[in-house]
Amino acid sequence: MAQTSHPFIPNSSDQLRNSMLRVIGIGSLDELYSDIPLEVRLNRPLKVDGFASEQEVRSSIEQLFKENKSGSDYNSFLGAGIYNHYIPAAVKAIVSRTEFQTSYTPYQAEISQGLLQSLFEFESMIRDLTAVDAVNSSLYDGSTALGEAARMAVRATGKYKVIVPRNLHPDKLSVLRNYTEPVGIRLEAFGYDEETGGPDLNDLQSRLDRETAAVYCEVPSFFGTLDADVVRIPSLCHEKGALSIIGFDPISLGGLKPPGEYGADIVVAEGQSISSEMNFGGPGLGIIGCRGENLLRQIPGRLIGMTTTINGTDKAFSMVLQTREQHIRRERATSNICTNEALLGIGAAAYLSLLGPKGLHDLFESILVKTRYAIKRLQELPKASVPRFETQHYQEFVVAFKRAPGITSKINRRLLLAGMHGGKSLVGDFPELGESSLLCVTEINTGEAIDRFSGLMTKLLRGSR
Amino acid sequence: MYHQATWDEPLIIEKSQAGKRGHIPTGPSDIERKIAGDLGSAVPMALRRNGLPPLPEVSEPEVIRHFVRLSQENYSPDLGIYPLGSCTMKYNPKSAELAVSTHKLEKLHPEQDESTVQGMLAMLFRLDKILAEITGMSRMSLQPAAGAHGEYLGCLIIRSYHRSRGELEKRTEMIVPDSSHGTNPASAAMAGFKVMVVPSNSEGMVDLEELKKLAGPNTAGLMITNPNTLGIFEKNILEIAKVVHQAGGLLYYDGANFNPLLGKVRPGDMGFDIVHLNLHKTFATPHGGGGPGAGPVGVTKELERYLPIPLIGFDGKKYFYDYNVPDTVGKIRAFHGNIGILVRAYAYITSLGAEGLKTVAETAVLNTNYILSRILASGTYDLPFARARKHEFVLSAKKLYDSTGVRAMDLAKRMLDKGVHAPTTYFPQIVDEALMVEVPETESLADLDQLVEALLGVYREAQTNPELVKDAPHYASVRRIDDVKASHPKTLTLHWNNPTLLENRKVSNEEISSQESKSRLTSPPSR
Repeated sequence: MAQTSHPFIPNSSDQLRNSMLRVIGIGSLDELYSDIPLEVRLNRPLKVDGFASEQEVRSSIEQLFKENKSGSDYNSFLGAGIYNHYIPAAVKAIVSRTEFQTSYTPYQAEISQGLLQSLFEFESMIRDLTAVDAVNSSLYDGSTALGEAARMAVRATGKYKVIVPRNLHPDKLSVLRNYTEPVGIRLEAFGYDEETGGPDLNDLQSRLDRETAAVYCEVPSFFGTLDADVVRIPSLCHEKGALSIIGFDPISLGGLKPPGEYGADIVVAEGQSISSEMNFGGPGLGIIGCRGENLLRQIPGRLIGMTTTINGTDKAFSMVLQTREQHIRRERATSNICTNEALLGIGAAAYLSLLGPKGLHDLFESILVKTRYAIKRLQELPKASVPRFETQHYQEFVVAFKRAPGITSKINRRLLLAGMHGGKSLVGDFPELGESSLLCVTEINTGEAIDRFSGLMTKLLRGSR
Repeated sequence: MYHQATWDEPLIIEKSQAGKRGHIPTGPSDIERKIAGDLGSAVPMALRRNGLPPLPEVSEPEVIRHFVRLSQENYSPDLGIYPLGSCTMKYNPKSAELAVSTHKLEKLHPEQDESTVQGMLAMLFRLDKILAEITGMSRMSLQPAAGAHGEYLGCLIIRSYHRSRGELEKRTEMIVPDSSHGTNPASAAMAGFKVMVVPSNSEGMVDLEELKKLAGPNTAGLMITNPNTLGIFEKNILEIAKVVHQAGGLLYYDGANFNPLLGKVRPGDMGFDIVHLNLHKTFATPHGGGGPGAGPVGVTKELERYLPIPLIGFDGKKYFYDYNVPDTVGKIRAFHGNIGILVRAYAYITSLGAEGLKTVAETAVLNTNYILSRILASGTYDLPFARARKHEFVLSAKKLYDSTGVRAMDLAKRMLDKGVHAPTTYFPQIVDEALMVEVPETESLADLDQLVEALLGVYREAQTNPELVKDAPHYASVRRIDDVKASHPKTLTLHWNNPTLLENRKVSNEEISSQESKSRLTSPPSR
């Protein structure tokens, strides 16, 4: 107990506590815990430092973070799932509105219309971009969205095989395994073309059978390739009674065909790039959408619908089809998800509203140009193949070094010394590519920064053997 | 009387006017364009979008006004008390927001070299240690993005544990109390377990005799929250742990209700093997209108070998990613977790320390019991089960419903008119016409009194003017919403351009009535 209260805890002063205890009719706080057996009580203070002033807390965290070298300190070419894009100030202003930020799931729709309408608009915009029928109000991240999509496909088809590309982010594959193995879903991988990086349709067709629930494919691929053959996969799936799941990059839909237009049944994405900064990889924004009523009944998580008030006078929004969800259906729910990433959904709605058709298209084109520029610049690298795959790329591309093992990590170490982050090394996860790394270029990377990077890379590769 | 803002704000697509835009992205320079060459073949024909993407065309001020107006139509803990049971809707300290507003966090990429993120790793390493101390566990995974995500990880660890002992084939059953959160059975089922429900006894606690009947060679584990969702501390917890452990199962602690035990009781000391915490509840990080949250999972020494990779290690000089986890389950999300939330929780814990955390728990219990005492003294609502409550309690409005026809949902809606959020309704399902009230430690005595007046006020109104209550809310942004229509196959509207997705579908009367009866669980009765 204390003479004065803690700033976050209004009723923590002695005087207030005593008056409240009198109302309850007890003499001490301990009596409120008297039903707890002595054997389980903690009879010592926690070993947790703190009780610091706001200024001290802030400066201790600043001190700690000083040791981080951020993308603002470094010239970075890292992507592979989390991307450094420019997030407009207006997006930050909107997600900082504490009416959105501090509230919870809109169980009481009538006083949560702001959140509900914003999320309805998010769902509508993503639906329009992807050309599917319905999008939910978010899952945890792109990888769990894929896991949920695979489970959804299995429930909808009653089949237990899911086929995924060999070139999948290793984290995503690991998450997918954890979302599928416990319920007996078998995963198989189909290969990519050695020259172009595109899907090996022969390999895929040899695996795609009547037992297949779904085939997953990404545009652009994990290697950044734009593979025209992907558009043939949905019909190959449908011929065998399987579903097509397409992973998309939200900004790329400024210029790429909506997956729903080439037959995707389920679409998934990581939406961090259109809603928030990188934040060391989290929070993310898991996006999932689907076509048709059958899949709609299987979609996990919150869905927001537009309706009216009972008296019919006003348009209104509420959570719909809740009988799919855990708080009602319990063990028969489509998923266990409850808390999601709603605030990032609002951020994405704000982002897409601000950019609009032209902004999103121009941004897509800007990244496309910069990717081509970086490839052209790096093509001069000695003893390297840039890009490793002979095809069109968006935002990312693989660089393969025709050098002795160890060169990739050696180069990345040398780049670090010069204040640059090289690409993600693919050496451990894709041994078939030899020494190689995945480079990423967004609107953040200036031409000048790309030039400096390619200059240093040239020097390093000339100097090493 | 409270009046919520009403803006009649159109959809943003309705504000769209050709030629407007709200942001100009950075384009490439002329030299970049020149070197990049002609874009005619930059995208394969088959993948090219036909025309521009269909998005609203709005200027920046219009976008800001749109969303700020919408934000005003949203009640939040920054506006007033939010007694949503089992959700621990605390005030979220603003200092935590400053802690995350730095490029030293925002511009960190998760694949950066360890040497460039030493400060970040140091904090995560410390947070692991702090949360392990608070819960009495050996080590934490910071990866899970939410409580339910933590539960799922817990279930995966339970599978791995039984698999390593060659018992996975037979240990197929997960036991949950009938008062458990919906996520518990849902998580267990997702992980392939059969859900076995243990009933509550007359005191509102796990019925030990029934548990003994259920526990056996097929038991994988028991998932339980303590205090339970009635707010009652399961005083037989050591006996429960013994029964489950003797049967060969593991004990999982759902940390959604941990707030009242901070610094007082640790799950590890109650015999739990696996624990998740909801940082967005107990550790005051904002709920984000539904998320992001974070659900770190702690385990005993014996189970550390199954934790997701990587963990954060420290060799005395530098922090590093520790992939040396022999039987790891792998990953349950990409990268390292909801870092922005973890940092806020770290800031919160540092603001409080051991003494402050204990004060949090005690004051939350004090506040809740203050409200409960005042309600019980009023002779209105019933309190099924034992009196002793911790962070929350569940009232029954069954008597009132029988005499007036006013349902718990109506009372909740009428409470909205009084400037407070409503309690959780119709949960747990073992209480009829349930109103589940949780008041965290951040509420002032005036806030608590306002909530008491709201609860008692709507009760009196239900007796004297039931139509006023059934017709509520009257002062929210909109009047009572038609939830049946919202979910009805014929009128379901999930998109602004496609009024009803299932418009042309033939609906049988049977389906309509089943839809209506289901929606009654969470919604107001149909017109």
